[in-house]
Amino acid sequence: MSVLPALGPSRSARRPATAERVLESGLRVLAVRRAGVPLIELRLRIPFAGRAVSHRARASLLSSSMLMGTADRSELDLAHALQEVGTELSVSTDSDRLLIGGVVLRAGLASLLDLLAELLTAASYPSSLVDGERQQLIEHLQMARTQPDVIARVARAKRLFGEHAYGRVLPGLDDVAAQTATTVRRLHRDRVQPDGSTLVLVGDLSLARTVDAVERVLSVWSPGAAPVTTAAVPKPAVGPALLVDRPGSVQSSLRLAGASCVRTDPGYPAMQLANLIFGGYFSSRYVENIREDKGYTYTPRSSIDHRQVGSSFYVDADVSTNVTAPALLETRYELGRMATLPVGQDELDNARQYALGNLALSTATQAGLAGMLSGLAGHGLGLDWLAAYRRRLLGVTVDDVFEQSRTYLAPAKLITVVVGDATAVHPDLAALGEVEVG
Amino acid sequence: MPAAPSYPIERLTLENGLRVVLAPDRSAAVVGVAVYYDVGMRSEPEGRTGFAHLFEHLMFQGSTNVEKMAHMRHVQSAGGVVNGSTRRDYTNYYEILPSNALERALFLEADRMRSPRITTENLANQISVVKEEIRVNVLNQPYGGFPWLSLPPVLFDTFPNAHNGYGDFADLDSATVADAAAFFDRYYAPGNAVLCLCGDLEVEPTAELVERYFSSIPARPTPPIPDAGEPDLTSERRQSTVDSLATAPAVALGWRVPDPVVDLDSYLPYVVLAEVLSEGDASRLEQRLVRRDQAALQQAAYLGLFGDPFDSRDPVSMTVQVIHPRQVGVDTVLAALDEEIDRLATDGLDDGELRRVNARIATQLLREADSVHGRTLRFAAYELVHRRAELLGELPGRLAAVTADDVAAAAATLRPERRAVLELLAGGTG
Repeated sequence: MSVLPALGPSRSARRPATAERVLESGLRVLAVRRAGVPLIELRLRIPFAGRAVSHRARASLLSSSMLMGTADRSELDLAHALQEVGTELSVSTDSDRLLIGGVVLRAGLASLLDLLAELLTAASYPSSLVDGERQQLIEHLQMARTQPDVIARVARAKRLFGEHAYGRVLPGLDDVAAQTATTVRRLHRDRVQPDGSTLVLVGDLSLARTVDAVERVLSVWSPGAAPVTTAAVPKPAVGPALLVDRPGSVQSSLRLAGASCVRTDPGYPAMQLANLIFGGYFSSRYVENIREDKGYTYTPRSSIDHRQVGSSFYVDADVSTNVTAPALLETRYELGRMATLPVGQDELDNARQYALGNLALSTATQAGLAGMLSGLAGHGLGLDWLAAYRRRLLGVTVDDVFEQSRTYLAPAKLITVVVGDATAVHPDLAALGEVEVG
Repeated sequence: MPAAPSYPIERLTLENGLRVVLAPDRSAAVVGVAVYYDVGMRSEPEGRTGFAHLFEHLMFQGSTNVEKMAHMRHVQSAGGVVNGSTRRDYTNYYEILPSNALERALFLEADRMRSPRITTENLANQISVVKEEIRVNVLNQPYGGFPWLSLPPVLFDTFPNAHNGYGDFADLDSATVADAAAFFDRYYAPGNAVLCLCGDLEVEPTAELVERYFSSIPARPTPPIPDAGEPDLTSERRQSTVDSLATAPAVALGWRVPDPVVDLDSYLPYVVLAEVLSEGDASRLEQRLVRRDQAALQQAAYLGLFGDPFDSRDPVSMTVQVIHPRQVGVDTVLAALDEEIDRLATDGLDDGELRRVNARIATQLLREADSVHGRTLRFAAYELVHRRAELLGELPGRLAAVTADDVAAAAATLRPERRAVLELLAGGTG
């Protein structure tokens, strides 16, 4: 009873049945049958990049006002109609897309599609309600800016992407204040449009009937302006560590960042495993060092973030103020070790099994699969790509991981942002290299 | 109301007292393993605030046959996820894995149920980690611990219900290996735990595996469930606290509600009431406070400390919390809230409102039940707290049986004189 049991034979997951159709309007519809529970998950992803600095503000106000009624329904009527079929729709935006998501009782899908068509073609954005929402949005943004993680993400994005659209995590308050129902309606007319958009439906549904119903109901949704393409992301200028002062802060938020290869790059499976081995899961070097050995932090982690026109590698840890510099030193040490020495075969095998298992777990639910497919759809990828990706993970070698680590995890290639009490942490940080207080 | 899928439940109890729940469902190659110990924040002795949670961390520091870090590694390198958490009435540990790793998870849970490896070094390390956890979630965060840490001491008087379950730093710093050994001995007896296995498993062979790994763990006496009962409030209590990081003020209100275990039928209307009040755009508080009056930036109403209405024993509270703009006074918020509660109590629900709210409840229950992860944790919690894992399958029907009159009657009990009010004053400048 003292020996770890070996794993039994693995049961391979069945590939779900799918149907796909690109409608005349350019909308791509993907339906996936996964019975499980009598629900259907819905994700509508609409390309929503914009060039103007004020675009994010307008898009944010649009997303928080979209459910305020239609030509035929008041805000409350709409909320009741959605609630009737068990639905709550969420509307959100980032620099790349607008996402409408929700879940509905199986029997309510037809009603939900009707309501979606009504929203897409006749959302009304009543002036009085949009004016009130604008004030609420400003207050919410002010609240967000008091969270250390948000402060750190704002500073990191600015440092990493500069003036590129990805450099702005939150819309500016002045930009929000300048928006009106008129500017939001115009944005809806031009950009809430089907060409390039993807509708994913996953759940207890009939494939052919569902795709037919979508085509019939959403035929009223016609193309607007062509989607705006985002400029390529600039190469990060590393520069000195940026120290953002937060007087009295009991912790420092350490945030490092750099480029990652994109998901479709042949080297990406090795990059995913390099990230895991470094700090992408609990059984990683970073967690073992600064949490389980040193006790500097509860939350050390690294991750890869995929955007429409580029991917990033992130390292995050919130550490006690008095160990800020030592924690940064250990962070760079572990990154340097990844970039200059090959990982162990056992580390690679463990990370690979985790990646494969996690992919299976995260797509085993209706909601997980819908989220995954919607995200992939934004890059033109789908279930075929996922299946091939599993095979590619199996082929990754220690050398492949080393190559990705040298390219993307080397500390010399990463920007550093620290949000904390500058008076307390500056002297020790300066001992490790140049620091700029911003 | 759509029928929920029915989940068969099998039970056995080992000779050492370990209660085992098996919930087979072969539809995906995923299995969940959860061990729930009947010890939570309410079991902590005075002077040892935060100890249940600190001890949860220690259970990941290795055991007789498992080195430090190895528990996580063995689960993750099998493709699984692993975690634990500490609640008022229990501490849980779980693994969700590809089903070929089931035996491995049983080995790991049995090994630490038999004897965790608690050393001075690991204890010191995890005290540091827990303090960082409290800093990141509470001390360095606007609205940190609001209201789950700050409202109970207003609503309750006794130590089990009122104390800080995350822990005072002085108590955490003074914890010793001997304390941990005594805590383990007292609370981590096999007879004080429920083991729940859910998902892709066959009952007979799995029961044999459970016997093989767990039956040789010696039985120990099980402690009594802490008596946390205390009388209801008879007059309003009101306190305030300053949050130097918050820029918008907030208020939280708590009321005692019926005992969810011994009087579930009286408790269920409050679950529906919380939905009517706060769930979604059509809810009463969203419509009134956020949309119409613009007196709130966020509102929420819920039962229990962490949002699952069915995983706590009495006393349980219903909480309403509101973050509001600086220019709106707290009394304006409270007046609007009281008016909405009175309106519900007096006029009842609108036509169709109960039907619509039930559709939302059904959707949420089904969505939670779609994942092996969600089912494993709920079966285990309901078995531990209610002695009935079957409650998960019964909830849709039982909630649907709540009438509009029941909801109105529940609303009528949310009187100002029975509530505790905690105001959060925004001291931040943004």
